[in-house]
Amino acid sequence: MENKTLSLEEQFQNRIDSGENIEAKDWMPEKYRKTHIRQISQHAHSEVVGMLPEGNWISRAPSLRRKVALLAKVQDEAGHGLYLYSAAETLGISREELNEQLNSGRAKYSSIFNYPTISWADMGAVGWLVDGAAIINQVMLTKTSYGPYARAMVRICKEESFHQRQGYEIMLSLCNGTEAQKAMAQDALNRWWWPSMMMFGPRDEDSPNTEQSMKWKIKKKTNDELRQQFVDQTVPQAEILGLTIPDKDLKWNEERGHYDFGTIDWDEFWDVVKGNGLMNEKRLKDRNEAWDEGKWVRDAASAYADKQAEKRAKKTA
Amino acid sequence: MNKEWPIWEIFIRSKNGLEHRHCGSLHAADEDMAIQNARDVYTRRQEGVSIWVVESKHITASNPEKNGEMFEPAADKVYRHPTFYELPDEIKHM
Repeated sequence: MENKTLSLEEQFQNRIDSGENIEAKDWMPEKYRKTHIRQISQHAHSEVVGMLPEGNWISRAPSLRRKVALLAKVQDEAGHGLYLYSAAETLGISREELNEQLNSGRAKYSSIFNYPTISWADMGAVGWLVDGAAIINQVMLTKTSYGPYARAMVRICKEESFHQRQGYEIMLSLCNGTEAQKAMAQDALNRWWWPSMMMFGPRDEDSPNTEQSMKWKIKKKTNDELRQQFVDQTVPQAEILGLTIPDKDLKWNEERGHYDFGTIDWDEFWDVVKGNGLMNEKRLKDRNEAWDEGKWVRDAASAYADKQAEKRAKKTA
Repeated sequence: MNKEWPIWEIFIRSKNGLEHRHCGSLHAADEDMAIQNARDVYTRRQEGVSIWVVESKHITASNPEKNGEMFEPAADKVYRHPTFYELPDEIKHM
Protein backbone atom coordinates (compact mmCIF):
# COMPACT_ATOMS: atom_id res chain seq x y z
CA MET A 1 0.00 0.00 0.00
CA GLU A 2 2.82 2.32 1.03
CA ASN A 3 4.62 1.67 -2.26
CA LYS A 4 1.54 2.30 -4.36
CA THR A 5 0.94 5.70 -2.77
CA LEU A 6 4.55 6.64 -3.35
CA SER A 7 4.40 5.73 -6.98
CA LEU A 8 1.18 7.67 -7.52
CA GLU A 9 2.83 10.75 -6.07
CA GLU A 10 5.88 10.21 -8.22
CA GLN A 11 3.73 9.87 -11.32
CA PHE A 12 1.92 13.03 -10.32
CA GLN A 13 5.18 14.92 -9.87
CA ASN A 14 6.39 13.66 -13.24
CA ARG A 15 3.28 15.02 -14.92
CA ILE A 16 3.84 18.41 -13.27
CA ASP A 17 7.53 18.40 -14.17
CA SER A 18 6.74 17.71 -17.81
CA GLY A 19 4.46 20.76 -17.87
CA GLU A 20 1.13 18.91 -17.91
CA ASN A 21 -1.90 20.51 -16.31
CA ILE A 22 -3.82 18.67 -13.63
CA GLU A 23 -7.57 18.50 -14.16
CA ALA A 24 -10.41 18.09 -11.69
CA LYS A 25 -10.91 14.35 -11.99
CA ASP A 26 -7.22 13.44 -12.05
CA TRP A 27 -5.62 11.78 -9.09
CA MET A 28 -3.81 14.33 -6.91
CA PRO A 29 -2.13 14.25 -3.51
CA GLU A 30 -4.52 15.30 -0.75
CA LYS A 31 -2.22 18.16 0.17
CA TYR A 32 -2.28 19.48 -3.40
CA ARG A 33 -6.08 19.44 -3.25
CA LYS A 34 -6.24 21.13 0.15
CA THR A 35 -3.65 23.75 -0.74
CA HIS A 36 -5.63 24.62 -3.84
CA ILE A 37 -8.95 24.80 -2.07
CA ARG A 38 -7.37 27.17 0.43
CA GLN A 39 -5.56 29.31 -2.10
CA ILE A 40 -8.33 29.52 -4.71
CA SER A 41 -11.01 30.24 -2.12
CA GLN A 42 -8.89 32.95 -0.46
CA HIS A 43 -8.43 34.44 -3.87
CA ALA A 44 -12.20 34.29 -4.51
CA HIS A 45 -12.97 35.83 -1.12
CA SER A 46 -10.52 38.64 -1.93
CA GLU A 47 -12.42 39.45 -5.11
CA VAL A 48 -15.71 39.50 -3.24
CA VAL A 49 -14.49 41.54 -0.26
CA GLY A 50 -12.54 43.72 -2.71
CA MET A 51 -15.86 45.04 -3.98
CA LEU A 52 -16.61 46.67 -0.62
CA PRO A 53 -13.98 49.44 -0.44
CA GLU A 54 -14.81 50.46 -4.02
CA GLY A 55 -18.56 50.05 -3.78
CA ASN A 56 -18.21 52.67 -1.07
CA TRP A 57 -17.36 55.26 -3.78
CA ILE A 58 -19.75 54.40 -6.62
CA SER A 59 -22.42 56.85 -5.50
CA ARG A 60 -19.83 59.58 -4.93
CA ALA A 61 -17.81 59.26 -8.12
CA PRO A 62 -17.07 62.76 -9.46
CA SER A 63 -18.52 62.22 -12.96
CA LEU A 64 -20.71 59.81 -14.88
CA ARG A 65 -17.65 58.57 -16.78
CA ARG A 66 -15.91 57.68 -13.53
CA LYS A 67 -19.07 56.19 -12.14
CA VAL A 68 -19.77 53.75 -15.00
CA ALA A 69 -16.11 52.70 -15.00
CA LEU A 70 -16.09 52.01 -11.26
CA LEU A 71 -19.39 50.20 -11.47
CA ALA A 72 -18.07 48.01 -14.30
CA LYS A 73 -14.91 47.29 -12.32
CA VAL A 74 -16.86 46.23 -9.24
CA GLN A 75 -19.11 44.07 -11.41
CA ASP A 76 -16.01 42.41 -12.90
CA GLU A 77 -14.83 41.62 -9.40
CA ALA A 78 -18.07 39.84 -8.63
CA GLY A 79 -17.51 37.83 -11.82
CA HIS A 80 -13.92 37.07 -10.83
CA GLY A 81 -15.10 35.82 -7.46
CA LEU A 82 -17.52 33.55 -9.26
CA TYR A 83 -14.90 32.12 -11.68
CA LEU A 84 -12.69 31.36 -8.72
CA TYR A 85 -15.41 29.83 -6.55
CA SER A 86 -16.28 27.58 -9.50
CA ALA A 87 -12.65 26.52 -9.79
CA ALA A 88 -12.55 25.74 -6.06
CA GLU A 89 -15.76 23.74 -6.33
CA THR A 90 -14.15 21.39 -8.86
CA LEU A 91 -12.01 20.19 -5.94
CA GLY A 92 -15.00 18.98 -3.95
CA ILE A 93 -15.98 21.87 -1.69
CA SER A 94 -19.48 23.37 -1.98
CA ARG A 95 -20.35 27.01 -2.56
CA GLU A 96 -22.29 26.97 0.67
CA GLU A 97 -19.22 25.91 2.63
CA LEU A 98 -17.09 28.54 0.91
CA ASN A 99 -19.59 31.21 1.74
CA GLU A 100 -19.83 30.07 5.29
CA GLN A 101 -16.03 30.13 5.68
CA LEU A 102 -15.94 33.74 4.53
CA ASN A 103 -18.91 35.02 6.46
CA SER A 104 -17.91 33.34 9.71
CA GLY A 105 -14.47 34.94 9.50
CA ARG A 106 -12.69 31.57 9.38
CA ALA A 107 -11.36 32.15 5.89
CA LYS A 108 -8.70 34.69 5.01
CA TYR A 109 -8.79 37.18 2.18
CA SER A 110 -6.20 39.65 1.01
CA SER A 111 -5.32 42.01 3.89
CA ILE A 112 -5.22 44.95 1.53
CA PHE A 113 -8.99 45.23 1.78
CA ASN A 114 -8.78 45.82 5.49
CA TYR A 115 -7.46 49.31 4.83
CA PRO A 116 -10.03 52.11 4.47
CA THR A 117 -10.70 54.05 1.26
CA ILE A 118 -11.10 57.55 2.64
CA SER A 119 -10.84 59.80 -0.42
CA TRP A 120 -11.64 59.66 -4.13
CA ALA A 121 -7.91 59.50 -4.82
CA ASP A 122 -7.96 56.10 -3.13
CA MET A 123 -9.95 54.78 -6.09
CA GLY A 124 -7.04 55.86 -8.25
CA ALA A 125 -4.40 54.39 -5.96
CA VAL A 126 -6.29 51.12 -5.51
CA GLY A 127 -6.68 50.63 -9.26
CA TRP A 128 -3.11 51.59 -9.99
CA LEU A 129 -1.28 49.88 -7.10
CA VAL A 130 -3.57 47.20 -5.71
CA ASP A 131 -4.77 45.96 -9.08
CA GLY A 132 -1.25 46.43 -10.41
CA ALA A 133 0.13 44.14 -7.71
CA ALA A 134 -2.73 41.68 -8.20
CA ILE A 135 -2.10 41.52 -11.95
CA ILE A 136 1.56 40.59 -11.42
CA ASN A 137 0.47 37.69 -9.25
CA GLN A 138 -2.37 36.72 -11.57
CA VAL A 139 -0.31 36.73 -14.75
CA MET A 140 2.00 34.23 -13.05
CA LEU A 141 -1.02 32.14 -12.07
CA THR A 142 -2.25 31.78 -15.67
CA LYS A 143 0.56 29.18 -15.89
CA THR A 144 -0.30 27.43 -12.65
CA SER A 145 -0.53 23.63 -12.79
CA TYR A 146 -4.20 23.20 -11.86
CA GLY A 147 -6.22 23.58 -15.07
CA PRO A 148 -9.47 25.12 -13.75
CA TYR A 149 -7.50 27.70 -11.72
CA ALA A 150 -5.26 28.57 -14.66
CA ARG A 151 -8.25 29.02 -16.99
CA ALA A 152 -10.05 31.26 -14.49
CA MET A 153 -6.87 33.34 -14.29
CA VAL A 154 -6.64 33.75 -18.06
CA ARG A 155 -10.15 35.15 -18.13
CA ILE A 156 -9.50 37.37 -15.12
CA CYS A 157 -6.28 38.80 -16.54
CA LYS A 158 -8.03 39.71 -19.78
CA GLU A 159 -10.61 41.70 -17.86
CA GLU A 160 -8.29 43.12 -15.24
CA SER A 161 -6.11 45.33 -17.40
CA PHE A 162 -8.79 48.00 -17.67
CA HIS A 163 -8.98 48.13 -13.88
CA GLN A 164 -5.43 49.28 -13.53
CA ARG A 165 -5.65 51.72 -16.40
CA GLN A 166 -8.78 53.36 -15.01
CA GLY A 167 -7.04 53.75 -11.64
CA TYR A 168 -3.94 55.28 -13.17
CA GLU A 169 -6.09 57.64 -15.21
CA ILE A 170 -7.75 58.88 -12.01
CA MET A 171 -4.29 59.53 -10.52
CA LEU A 172 -3.19 61.28 -13.70
CA SER A 173 -6.21 63.60 -13.66
CA LEU A 174 -5.61 64.50 -10.04
CA CYS A 175 -1.90 65.09 -10.63
CA ASN A 176 -2.70 67.39 -13.55
CA GLY A 177 -5.25 69.25 -11.44
CA THR A 178 -4.96 71.79 -8.65
CA GLU A 179 -2.35 71.66 -5.88
CA ALA A 180 -4.98 70.27 -3.53
CA GLN A 181 -5.90 67.52 -5.98
CA LYS A 182 -2.27 66.56 -6.45
CA ALA A 183 -1.83 66.50 -2.68
CA MET A 184 -4.80 64.14 -2.47
CA ALA A 185 -3.10 61.80 -4.96
CA GLN A 186 0.18 61.94 -3.01
CA ASP A 187 -1.66 61.21 0.22
CA ALA A 188 -3.33 58.17 -1.35
CA LEU A 189 0.03 56.90 -2.63
CA ASN A 190 1.52 57.42 0.83
CA ARG A 191 -1.15 55.28 2.42
CA TRP A 192 -1.40 52.53 -0.23
CA TRP A 193 2.24 51.99 -1.14
CA TRP A 194 3.34 49.81 1.76
CA PRO A 195 0.12 47.79 2.04
CA SER A 196 0.46 47.09 -1.72
CA MET A 197 4.04 45.90 -1.18
CA MET A 198 2.72 43.55 1.50
CA MET A 199 0.27 41.97 -0.94
CA PHE A 200 3.01 39.64 -2.19
CA GLY A 201 3.20 38.03 1.23
CA PRO A 202 6.07 37.37 3.63
CA ARG A 203 9.70 37.38 2.56
CA ASP A 204 10.86 34.16 0.93
CA GLU A 205 12.80 33.09 4.01
CA ASP A 206 9.62 33.46 6.12
CA SER A 207 7.38 31.69 3.62
CA PRO A 208 7.56 27.99 4.45
CA ASN A 209 5.05 26.94 1.77
CA THR A 210 6.94 28.48 -1.12
CA GLU A 211 9.17 25.48 -1.78
CA GLN A 212 6.29 23.01 -2.10
CA SER A 213 4.24 25.51 -4.11
CA MET A 214 7.10 25.93 -6.57
CA LYS A 215 7.58 22.18 -6.82
CA TRP A 216 3.93 21.70 -7.68
CA LYS A 217 4.02 24.74 -9.95
CA ILE A 218 1.24 26.39 -7.99
CA LYS A 219 3.56 29.38 -8.04
CA LYS A 220 6.22 29.96 -10.61
CA LYS A 221 7.90 32.90 -8.89
CA THR A 222 8.62 33.61 -5.22
CA ASN A 223 7.04 36.42 -3.19
CA ASP A 224 10.23 38.45 -3.28
CA GLU A 225 10.65 38.05 -7.04
CA LEU A 226 7.09 39.27 -7.63
CA ARG A 227 7.55 42.18 -5.20
CA GLN A 228 10.72 43.26 -7.00
CA GLN A 229 8.87 43.13 -10.31
CA PHE A 230 6.16 45.36 -8.83
CA VAL A 231 8.66 47.94 -7.59
CA ASP A 232 10.57 47.98 -10.86
CA GLN A 233 7.50 48.59 -12.96
CA THR A 234 5.74 51.02 -10.59
CA VAL A 235 8.56 53.48 -9.85
CA PRO A 236 8.66 54.90 -13.41
CA GLN A 237 4.85 55.16 -13.36
CA ALA A 238 5.03 57.27 -10.19
CA GLU A 239 7.64 59.48 -11.85
CA ILE A 240 5.29 60.18 -14.76
CA LEU A 241 2.66 61.25 -12.24
CA GLY A 242 5.21 63.45 -10.50
CA LEU A 243 4.52 61.71 -7.19
CA THR A 244 7.02 60.53 -4.59
CA ILE A 245 6.98 56.95 -3.37
CA PRO A 246 7.15 57.06 0.45
CA ASP A 247 10.38 55.10 0.80
CA LYS A 248 13.62 56.98 1.48
CA ASP A 249 15.66 53.86 0.72
CA LEU A 250 14.22 53.47 -2.74
CA LYS A 251 16.93 53.80 -5.36
CA TRP A 252 18.10 52.27 -8.60
CA ASN A 253 20.82 49.67 -8.20
CA GLU A 254 22.87 49.63 -11.36
CA GLU A 255 24.63 46.41 -10.45
CA ARG A 256 21.47 44.41 -9.80
CA GLY A 257 19.50 46.09 -12.56
CA HIS A 258 16.65 46.58 -10.06
CA TYR A 259 15.44 49.14 -7.56
CA ASP A 260 16.51 48.65 -3.95
CA PHE A 261 13.81 49.41 -1.45
CA GLY A 262 13.29 49.82 2.28
CA THR A 263 12.08 47.36 4.88
CA ILE A 264 8.42 46.46 5.13
CA ASP A 265 6.78 46.80 8.53
CA TRP A 266 6.14 43.10 9.06
CA ASP A 267 4.56 43.68 12.47
CA GLU A 268 1.83 45.68 10.75
CA PHE A 269 1.49 42.95 8.11
CA TRP A 270 0.92 40.19 10.67
CA ASP A 271 -1.28 42.40 12.78
CA VAL A 272 -3.69 42.96 9.87
CA VAL A 273 -3.53 39.28 8.87
CA LYS A 274 -4.55 38.41 12.43
CA GLY A 275 -7.65 40.58 12.09
CA ASN A 276 -6.56 43.82 13.74
CA GLY A 277 -6.68 46.00 10.62
CA LEU A 278 -8.79 49.13 10.61
CA MET A 279 -11.53 47.57 8.52
CA ASN A 280 -11.48 43.80 9.29
CA GLU A 281 -14.58 43.98 11.42
CA LYS A 282 -16.51 46.29 9.11
CA ARG A 283 -15.80 44.18 6.02
CA LEU A 284 -17.13 41.02 7.65
CA LYS A 285 -20.14 42.84 9.01
CA ASP A 286 -20.96 44.25 5.55
CA ARG A 287 -20.49 40.82 3.95
CA ASN A 288 -22.84 39.21 6.44
CA GLU A 289 -25.42 41.94 6.06
CA ALA A 290 -25.34 41.62 2.28
CA TRP A 291 -25.77 37.87 2.59
CA ASP A 292 -28.62 38.10 5.09
CA GLU A 293 -30.40 40.88 3.26
CA GLY A 294 -30.17 38.94 0.00
CA LYS A 295 -31.89 35.93 1.51
CA TRP A 296 -35.38 36.89 0.37
CA VAL A 297 -34.08 37.26 -3.21
CA ARG A 298 -32.53 33.80 -3.12
CA ASP A 299 -35.68 32.35 -1.59
CA ALA A 300 -37.90 34.05 -4.15
CA ALA A 301 -35.75 32.77 -7.02
CA SER A 302 -35.93 29.23 -5.63
CA ALA A 303 -39.70 29.45 -5.17
CA TYR A 304 -40.13 30.80 -8.69
CA ALA A 305 -37.94 28.03 -10.14
CA ASP A 306 -39.97 25.38 -8.28
CA LYS A 307 -43.22 26.84 -9.55
CA GLN A 308 -41.96 26.94 -13.14
CA ALA A 309 -40.77 23.34 -12.88
CA GLU A 310 -44.20 22.31 -11.58
CA LYS A 311 -45.90 24.09 -14.47
CA ARG A 312 -43.68 22.35 -16.99
CA ALA A 313 -44.31 18.99 -15.37
CA LYS A 314 -48.07 19.57 -15.61
CA LYS A 315 -47.81 20.52 -19.28
CA THR A 316 -45.91 17.39 -20.25
CA ALA A 317 -48.14 15.14 -18.11
CA MET B 1 -35.83 27.34 2.38
CA ASN B 2 -32.13 26.67 2.31
CA LYS B 3 -31.24 24.55 -0.65
CA GLU B 4 -28.15 25.06 -2.75
CA TRP B 5 -28.86 25.91 -6.38
CA PRO B 6 -27.50 23.36 -8.85
CA ILE B 7 -24.35 23.97 -10.92
CA TRP B 8 -24.76 24.67 -14.63
CA GLU B 9 -22.07 24.32 -17.28
CA ILE B 10 -22.03 27.25 -19.67
CA PHE B 11 -21.26 27.09 -23.39
CA ILE B 12 -20.88 30.22 -25.50
CA ARG B 13 -20.87 30.67 -29.27
CA SER B 14 -18.61 33.68 -29.83
CA LYS B 15 -19.99 34.35 -33.31
CA ASN B 16 -22.09 32.61 -35.90
CA GLY B 17 -20.03 30.11 -37.84
CA LEU B 18 -18.14 28.99 -34.73
CA GLU B 19 -19.08 26.23 -32.30
CA HIS B 20 -20.32 26.70 -28.75
CA ARG B 21 -17.39 26.30 -26.39
CA HIS B 22 -17.36 25.52 -22.71
CA CYS B 23 -16.39 28.63 -20.77
CA GLY B 24 -17.20 27.88 -17.13
CA SER B 25 -19.93 27.15 -14.67
CA LEU B 26 -22.26 28.88 -12.25
CA HIS B 27 -25.08 28.25 -9.80
CA ALA B 28 -28.67 29.08 -10.70
CA ALA B 29 -32.13 28.11 -9.51
CA ASP B 30 -33.29 27.06 -12.98
CA GLU B 31 -32.34 27.17 -16.66
CA ASP B 32 -33.72 30.65 -17.28
CA MET B 33 -31.72 32.09 -14.42
CA ALA B 34 -28.67 30.15 -15.60
CA ILE B 35 -28.90 31.85 -18.99
CA GLN B 36 -29.42 35.27 -17.40
CA ASN B 37 -26.46 34.80 -15.10
CA ALA B 38 -24.31 33.43 -17.91
CA ARG B 39 -25.10 36.53 -19.92
CA ASP B 40 -24.01 38.77 -17.03
CA VAL B 41 -20.93 36.78 -16.15
CA TYR B 42 -19.55 35.57 -19.48
CA THR B 43 -20.72 38.05 -22.14
CA ARG B 44 -20.18 41.46 -20.55
CA ARG B 45 -17.78 42.38 -23.34
CA GLN B 46 -19.65 40.99 -26.33
CA GLU B 47 -18.03 37.58 -26.04
CA GLY B 48 -21.06 35.74 -27.34
CA VAL B 49 -24.10 35.57 -29.61
CA SER B 50 -25.59 32.36 -28.20
CA ILE B 51 -25.57 30.58 -24.85
CA TRP B 52 -26.19 26.94 -23.95
CA VAL B 53 -26.62 25.90 -20.33
CA VAL B 54 -26.55 22.29 -19.14
CA GLU B 55 -26.99 21.20 -15.58
CA SER B 56 -23.64 19.67 -14.60
CA LYS B 57 -25.17 16.43 -13.34
CA HIS B 58 -26.28 15.62 -16.90
CA ILE B 59 -22.71 15.49 -18.16
CA THR B 60 -21.04 12.09 -18.22
CA ALA B 61 -17.27 12.28 -18.34
CA SER B 62 -14.67 9.69 -19.30
CA ASN B 63 -12.49 8.43 -16.49
CA PRO B 64 -8.96 9.90 -16.64
CA GLU B 65 -7.63 6.77 -14.91
CA LYS B 66 -8.63 4.83 -18.01
CA ASN B 67 -6.98 7.24 -20.42
CA GLY B 68 -4.55 4.52 -21.48
CA GLU B 69 -7.06 2.07 -22.86
CA MET B 70 -9.28 4.92 -24.01
CA PHE B 71 -6.89 6.99 -26.07
CA GLU B 72 -3.65 5.08 -26.61
CA PRO B 73 -5.01 2.77 -29.33
CA ALA B 74 -4.99 5.75 -31.68
CA ALA B 75 -1.28 6.32 -31.11
CA ASP B 76 0.03 3.56 -33.38
CA LYS B 77 -2.32 4.20 -36.32
CA VAL B 78 -0.16 6.54 -38.30
CA TYR B 79 -1.84 5.31 -41.50
CA ARG B 80 -4.77 7.53 -40.55
CA HIS B 81 -2.69 10.59 -41.38
CA PRO B 82 -1.97 11.79 -44.94
CA THR B 83 1.78 12.00 -44.32
CA PHE B 84 1.93 8.20 -43.90
CA TYR B 85 1.62 7.77 -47.66
CA GLU B 86 4.77 8.31 -49.68
CA LEU B 87 4.22 9.88 -53.05
CA PRO B 88 6.66 11.37 -55.55
CA ASP B 89 7.33 15.13 -55.14
CA GLU B 90 6.05 15.96 -58.61
CA ILE B 91 2.50 14.98 -57.68
CA LYS B 92 0.49 18.18 -57.14
CA HIS B 93 -2.91 18.91 -55.56
CA MET B 94 -2.89 15.85 -53.26
